[in-house]
Amino acid sequence: MTPLLLTHFTATSCLGAGLAPTRAALAEGRSGLSRCDFETATLDTWIGRVAGVEDVVLPDALDCYRARNNQLALLGLQQDGFLAAAQHAAARYGAARVAVLLGTSPSAILETELAYRRRDPQSGALPAEFDYRGTHNIHSVAEFVRAVIGCSGPAWVVSTACSSSAKVFAGAARLIATGLVDAAIVGGVDSLCLTTLYGFNSLELVAATACRPYDPARNGISIGEAAAFALLERAPAAAPPGALLLSGCGESSDAHHMSSPHPQGLGARMAMEAALAGAGLAPADIDYINLHGTGTPANDAAEGLAVNSLFGRDTPASSTKGATGHTLGAAGGLEAVFCALALADGLIPGSPGTGSVDPAIDIRYECRPRPAVLRHVLTNSLGFGGTNCSLVFSRVPEA
Amino acid sequence: MPLISTPTVALAARIAGIGLIGPGLDDWPAARALLAGEAAHEPAATRIPTPDLLPPAERRRLGAVVKLAIATGLQAVRAAGADPATLATVFASSGGDGANCHAICETLAGPDRLISPTRFHNSVNNAASGYWGIAVRAMAPSTTVSAFDGSLGAGLLEAFALLADSRAPVLLIVYDHPYPAPLDATRPLPDAFGMALLLSPAEAGEGPLLSLSGFTDAPADTLAEPALETLRRSIPAARALPLLARLARGEAGGVVLDYLDGLRLQFQLGA
Repeated sequence: MTPLLLTHFTATSCLGAGLAPTRAALAEGRSGLSRCDFETATLDTWIGRVAGVEDVVLPDALDCYRARNNQLALLGLQQDGFLAAAQHAAARYGAARVAVLLGTSPSAILETELAYRRRDPQSGALPAEFDYRGTHNIHSVAEFVRAVIGCSGPAWVVSTACSSSAKVFAGAARLIATGLVDAAIVGGVDSLCLTTLYGFNSLELVAATACRPYDPARNGISIGEAAAFALLERAPAAAPPGALLLSGCGESSDAHHMSSPHPQGLGARMAMEAALAGAGLAPADIDYINLHGTGTPANDAAEGLAVNSLFGRDTPASSTKGATGHTLGAAGGLEAVFCALALADGLIPGSPGTGSVDPAIDIRYECRPRPAVLRHVLTNSLGFGGTNCSLVFSRVPEA
Repeated sequence: MPLISTPTVALAARIAGIGLIGPGLDDWPAARALLAGEAAHEPAATRIPTPDLLPPAERRRLGAVVKLAIATGLQAVRAAGADPATLATVFASSGGDGANCHAICETLAGPDRLISPTRFHNSVNNAASGYWGIAVRAMAPSTTVSAFDGSLGAGLLEAFALLADSRAPVLLIVYDHPYPAPLDATRPLPDAFGMALLLSPAEAGEGPLLSLSGFTDAPADTLAEPALETLRRSIPAARALPLLARLARGEAGGVVLDYLDGLRLQFQLGA
C-alpha cells in the first residue's frame, strides 16, 4: 500500500486523558486497572475505567447524543490538540474531503440498558427521553464526532467486535486511495457497560484479578474503555525524518468459531502476513509486536503460535492489555497509538500484570518496558466472529 | 449537477450476481420481474429462509437478522456460480440483531443478569460476517459497516474501495430487520429487507458495469410505483431499489443513491 502519514494522534484510557499520562505509564510499565466499581455491577473483577467521563458535558446542540460513549469520545477529542488538528484538516482540505471512520462495538448500549430499567410498567415502553439515533444506533459515535469536528465527508463505523478500530485504518487507507477524500479521522471509542461485563462473565472469560496476558496463570480479561483518534493524510514523496507512517494493513477471517480463536492462530497469521506484504516488509524487519494478548488462555495460546510460526522467537512482543484492560472496539485504535508512541519515544512497552511468561508460548515476550530504537512495529487485533486485523506502523529514520 | 468529489482511480465493477429478499419478494428473479413492470406486487411479509449450510447446532443459534444476511448473500453467489470461500465480504446494516439486544437488555434489567453465552457472542455487530465465514469457510477479509440510514452507501463505498485495492471480487450484503417491542417504537421498520451484490473487477467477468462517479448533493432517485417508493424510504437497505430497478429493466444511465445528508452517491450503470 501507499504509506499514509499519521500526523496527529491521541488516546484516553484508564492510563489517563491524553498522551502525557499515557506515555508516562507505558514507560513505567504501570497499569491503570482497578477493582470493578462500575454502575451496579457486582462482579468480582477488575476494570480499566476512565476517570471523569460522567462529568463531560456535550455541546447543547448535540445533547441528543448524550451517552457515556459519546462523553468519552469528546473527552478523547479534546486531548493533545486533536480536535483543533482535525478541524484544521477540514478547513485545509475542505470539510467534505475529510472522512470520519470509527470502530466501536458495545458502543453506547449502556444507555439502552439503563432505559430498560425505566420501562413503563403498563405498556413496557422505553422512557420518552430515550434517543434511538443519538445513543442506541451504532453509528451514533461517528455522527457525533463528525458533528463536533465539523466534517461533511463520508462517515461510517466499523463494528467487528475487537478488531473494529484497527480495521478503520485499513478502510481509511483504501478510501484515501480512491481520491474521494484527502484525509481521514480514524480511531475507536468503546465504554464500559453491563452487556460486556456480564456477557464475558457468562463465557467465563472475565478474570477475578487484573488480567495477566501471556502468563501461565492467565485466566481471563479485564474490560476497559478508551477513546483513541488519529489523523491520516497522504504522505509526501519524501516524508521528513521522524515522521510516523501507517505502512501496512492486513485482514482475514478465522472461519472457525464465533467466540474461540482458530486454535493454531491461522487467521491471525494470515492477517499479519497480509500486513507485512502491504508494507513490503519481511518478518525480520519488525522491531516490536503489540499483541492482541487479551489474557484468556485460548487467545494468547493461539496468537502465540501464530506469532511464533511467522516471526520465530526473536521479535520483541508484548500485550498492553494489562495496562488498559481490553477496550474491545477501541482496542485497535488505542494500540495503534501505543505503536506510534513506541516508535516516537523509542520504547518497547511492557506487560503490567504478567508475572512470568507461559513456557508453552515460544515467543520473545517482554514483561518490562525498555528503550529500543524502533523502525517498524506491528499490532494485532483479533475479535469475536473470527475477525482479524494487523497494522504496520513505521518511523522515517533520520538521514 | 457538478459532483462534490470524484475518484482519481476508476471505481467500477461488474455485477456478477444479485440477491434480494424483501416483503413479498423471495429472490432476485421475483424482484426483477416486479421492478421491470412484468409482474404486480403481491404484498406479503418477508420470508427469511434458514440457510442450509451450517450444521443444525449452529443453525439453531442464528438470529433472523443473520439468516437474512446469509440467505441474501448466498443468492448472489449462487446466481454468479461463484465460490463463496474465496470472496471478501462487506456487510452493511443500519442496526444489529434487535431481538438479541432486547433479550440481553431485558435480562440485565432483571434480578439475576444471567446472559446466555450464545446471546452474548451473537450480540456483536459482525455476527452475520462471523457465521458467514464459518458456513462457507471463507478466510478472506470481511468487514461490517454501519451509518444509520446511510448504511447502504457506506457498504457500497467500502466495497468499491476494497475492489479497487484488491482487484478481486467483493460480496456486498446489505440488510435490515425490524426491532421487537419496545425498541420498535423508537425505530420503526416495517419489515426485513436484504440485498446483495457480487461485484467483480470491471476487466474480468460478466454482468452490467457499475461505476461510482463520486459524491453529489443531488436528491436520491425515487421509484414511480408508490409501494416500492414507500419501501425505499422506510427500510435503509431498500435505498438500493433505484439501482435495482435500472438493473431489472436493463437500462443504462445515472443513478443517485442515498447516503448521508448532502452527500449521496452518483453511479453510472453501463449497458
